[in-house]
Amino acid sequence: MTQQPIQTDLNSVLSHEEIHAIDAELSHVPYKSGAAIDALKIVQARRGWVSDDCLMAIARHLDMSAEQLEGIATFYNLIYRRPVGEKVILFCDSVSCWISDCDGIKAKISQHLQIDYGETTTDNRYTLLPVPCLGACDRAPVMMIGDELITDLDDARIELLFGAHNEARTD
Amino acid sequence: MPTITIDGQTLEVKEGDNILQACLNAGLDLPYFCWHPAMGSIGSCRQCALVQYQNPSDERGRIVMGCMTQVTDGARFSLDANNAVEFREAVVESLMLNHPHDCPVCAEGGECHLQDMTVMVGHRDRRYRGKKNTHRNQYLGPLIHHEMNRCITCYRCERFYRDYAGGTDLGAQASRDRLYFGRQQDGVLESEFSGNLVEVCPTGVFTDKPFLADFSRKWDLQSAPSICGGCGVGCNIAPGERYGRLKRVHNRYHDDINGYFICDRGRFGNSYVNADQRIDYAGIQDADGRFTAVDQASALDTAGAWLKNAKIGGIGSPRASLEANFLLQTWVGADQFSSGIADIERATVDRQLQILQSTRAINPSIKQMESADAVLILGEDLTHTAARVALALRQAVRNKSLAMATQMGLPSWQDAAVRNLAQDALSPLFVVTSYASRLDDIAQRTVTLAPDDIAEFGRHLAARLQGEPAQSPLIEEFASSLAAAERPLIISGSSMLQSNIIDAGAAIAEALCLDNPQTMLSLTAPESNTVGATMLAHPNNLSLEGMVERAVELDVLVILENDVTRRLDAASMQKLVASGTKIIALDVIENATVERASMVLPAASFAESQGTLINHEGRAQRFFPVFPPAEQRLPSWQWLLQLAALNGNSQLTALTQFDQVVDACAASQPAFAHLNEVAPDRSFRDRGQKIPRQTHRYSGRTAINAGVSVHEPQQPVDHETPLAFSMEGLNRDQPSTLIPYVWSPGWNSNHALQKFQAEVDGPLKGGQSGVRVLISSADGVAPQTTTPIGAAPNDRWQLVPVHRLHGSEELSARSDEIAELAGDAFIALSAETAGQLEVAEGDRLKVIANGDSISLAVKIVDRMAAGCVGYSYGYAATRGLIAGAHADLQRDTDWRPPQPSLIATDRQSMAVDRGNPHV
Repeated sequence: MTQQPIQTDLNSVLSHEEIHAIDAELSHVPYKSGAAIDALKIVQARRGWVSDDCLMAIARHLDMSAEQLEGIATFYNLIYRRPVGEKVILFCDSVSCWISDCDGIKAKISQHLQIDYGETTTDNRYTLLPVPCLGACDRAPVMMIGDELITDLDDARIELLFGAHNEARTD
Repeated sequence: MPTITIDGQTLEVKEGDNILQACLNAGLDLPYFCWHPAMGSIGSCRQCALVQYQNPSDERGRIVMGCMTQVTDGARFSLDANNAVEFREAVVESLMLNHPHDCPVCAEGGECHLQDMTVMVGHRDRRYRGKKNTHRNQYLGPLIHHEMNRCITCYRCERFYRDYAGGTDLGAQASRDRLYFGRQQDGVLESEFSGNLVEVCPTGVFTDKPFLADFSRKWDLQSAPSICGGCGVGCNIAPGERYGRLKRVHNRYHDDINGYFICDRGRFGNSYVNADQRIDYAGIQDADGRFTAVDQASALDTAGAWLKNAKIGGIGSPRASLEANFLLQTWVGADQFSSGIADIERATVDRQLQILQSTRAINPSIKQMESADAVLILGEDLTHTAARVALALRQAVRNKSLAMATQMGLPSWQDAAVRNLAQDALSPLFVVTSYASRLDDIAQRTVTLAPDDIAEFGRHLAARLQGEPAQSPLIEEFASSLAAAERPLIISGSSMLQSNIIDAGAAIAEALCLDNPQTMLSLTAPESNTVGATMLAHPNNLSLEGMVERAVELDVLVILENDVTRRLDAASMQKLVASGTKIIALDVIENATVERASMVLPAASFAESQGTLINHEGRAQRFFPVFPPAEQRLPSWQWLLQLAALNGNSQLTALTQFDQVVDACAASQPAFAHLNEVAPDRSFRDRGQKIPRQTHRYSGRTAINAGVSVHEPQQPVDHETPLAFSMEGLNRDQPSTLIPYVWSPGWNSNHALQKFQAEVDGPLKGGQSGVRVLISSADGVAPQTTTPIGAAPNDRWQLVPVHRLHGSEELSARSDEIAELAGDAFIALSAETAGQLEVAEGDRLKVIANGDSISLAVKIVDRMAAGCVGYSYGYAATRGLIAGAHADLQRDTDWRPPQPSLIATDRQSMAVDRGNPHV
């Protein structure tokens, strides 16, 4: 019934490099908790996501309770509290993209990759997530794959991007 | 006072209030969710919308939030404007999108603020046909049940738990329609005030877990005004009963004491009233140590034979009512009476009383403590010894932020803005204790000293305040902060069982009083009626230890509601039993003293009897029976009257009614002169009727026992109090002491309270409840010389008592859930001492003191004075340990864990199997 609290030894969870980077952020803020978002981003940049162990370790390092930091971590869509694939596809489903039939495009992506929103491909290459806007409405529909913005999406582009996915997987 | 117009009605309103407060004060029903009188406004729920007009010609107006809009002279508003009415209904409709339609199976149903507001805004039909959000619920420990699907995201839980009560392990997670309030992972809520979530949540997300397992609707509960027996603070509580079982305890508002909140010991520590170990029948012990159950009449026959021409002694109790203690002392005579408090504790509480009777400082109520702008705590871990005071200090340290807000012209109810402005700015709080306290997180400075050194530190501080040079920069820091404060507060108490600490606290307060008459001095009291029992004491009284010596000369010793094995060492107890005197023990529940008695008489608990308790500030308060005692039980005062009559005591034979006992007690000493004003007597009638304990909707009154007997019994008649075991009568406009529950048309939840308040967050309409019987002469405290206990030699440790909210108090620890939270007895060490002894948390140590050896689990604490170790105070396993004694510590490698026993949560699941016919 009661879960054992996860024991976190700061040094065994976070790397020296991560702690160093977080400490650098700490020097810029008057309150330790002010570096919470940056600390989460630092850890996510190196690991792809923020595990429970990492969350506890960061919270301890910033003198915050796990609940406080979890509140911040889960508030932001782009802090991942579950493992994601090598690249995250942020697919815009906001109004400009919607009137440009993003739903149809999304169906194509799902068909190629065999995943729906929130899911990761079996080869762990992609995770598909919806995003409310990428600020590129003039070139809708749009999405991001990792750090790359891809605009003017149509079936052909999707085919080009993901058509080989299933074959690649069988290699 | 500003004047505003609401729907054409002109109202005089309080300067600085917001419109929501103004509306509620005017008796207008403006619905709200996130606002709370004690926690202010954040404007998050958008429910208290109304229309404000710019100027006399403005016909259209604009929607504003009542809780976020300050009253301004001449402002014009409308509650009834169509757009405001539609807006408020739309808010409820949107909250209802995800709120489950599970009212019939929800513990909040019938006293749900969300239900009330939904009806109030006129929202009846759901148009939404989509799927509702669902969440995973968390295990939050044995006290609180979590049902996250019902959440309407008002943020009150987080604001109470974190902002008001200082808890860190509950918070808001995620965002938008996935917002979640809970812990980071399943686990027991850490806050000692978690139970208030039950009342703070406007719907059924956080509900009372033990109540849920033994549930009745609010309208089916029989309630009475009561006083918590958990500690010396005397919070007002409203216990509810059905089927002869105490079902739950709610907070009962007292403007000066508990306000809206009580601690978890007070809320959950009363289920011992239903325990199997309650004493049902009188019992007479035979030579083999077996008890034979007998009825009242035969018990009294036997007692009569024993008492005939007998020499009788009596031991009173700091947890029994003033009246019962008074009767026993009057019956047996002051020379043969002991207040039932052991010497070590009596020395501190006697001194405490002397100080409070002579100090120049103000002896503050909790409300006054909340106004302090600098606080010094000497030797108390308040969260565990007087929890409600600790919660008040969490508000007191915010006075700095409120002062900052005032400077900015920001009203104090603008909660989010004030907190944002203040960041971590806090008024100074200094904690000087022997071990880590639960208020360390808000302390400007914590100082860790052995008990003697706390007293010395205090004396140096007092000397500095009287103009002598400071002994250290720390003393200077404390002194200058306290001297600069407008309302400094010094808190000490008896928890360390050392009167020199209390003396030091008094000396500091006296020194501050020379320049500042606003100085406050508050001393905690260990038990619910410690102050009463001490005030009642006569100079000729015997000490408890003295009574043990005297026992051989006595034929009969009457022990009133006191497990003296908690206070006497094993040898003394042995001596008492061996003295051959016949012990007649009156108590509510089986304990080690009862087991050794020749005769046991079943006493009614606080929930089945009435009496007066005097709290730490010297306020006498009355508790009333919630339900009649089961057939064979009698309130102690009735047992004592009957026993005294058998003994032919002429002084007491004239007394038959409780009110007469109160009058006799009032006449016994000048301090008690106003005791009969503590509450109205039994002749009180409101419009010809008594105050009903049952609600107007109380169901099944005549059929409630149909499962036992189809004959409809007559409703019990209450001859002793102004309350009736009935639904007839009016629960409004009565004196505050007689409010059994709050309920008002349209307001079924505890928010009905505002209809009983003279103004929002103000005193009750029915006036001040309770009477201060401890009045200081203000002559100043006469100094007293006490001998220090002295530090332990190098290879030994000084034992200091560590108090636990859950576990240290006798009766609450008999409630299953509290027992589960109390855990095992422990020995508390600093990390350094643990290193020295080569032990880790959870290892076992043999504690050898006074020739006894006890094996205890190691608990490592953040702070522990050098040379000291703490022992869990009040636990059965540490009963042999004495505060201040010097102990040897040895690693215990032989210890093996005992077989696991049942814990409360197991019992709950078993309760389902047992099948309770009443659920």
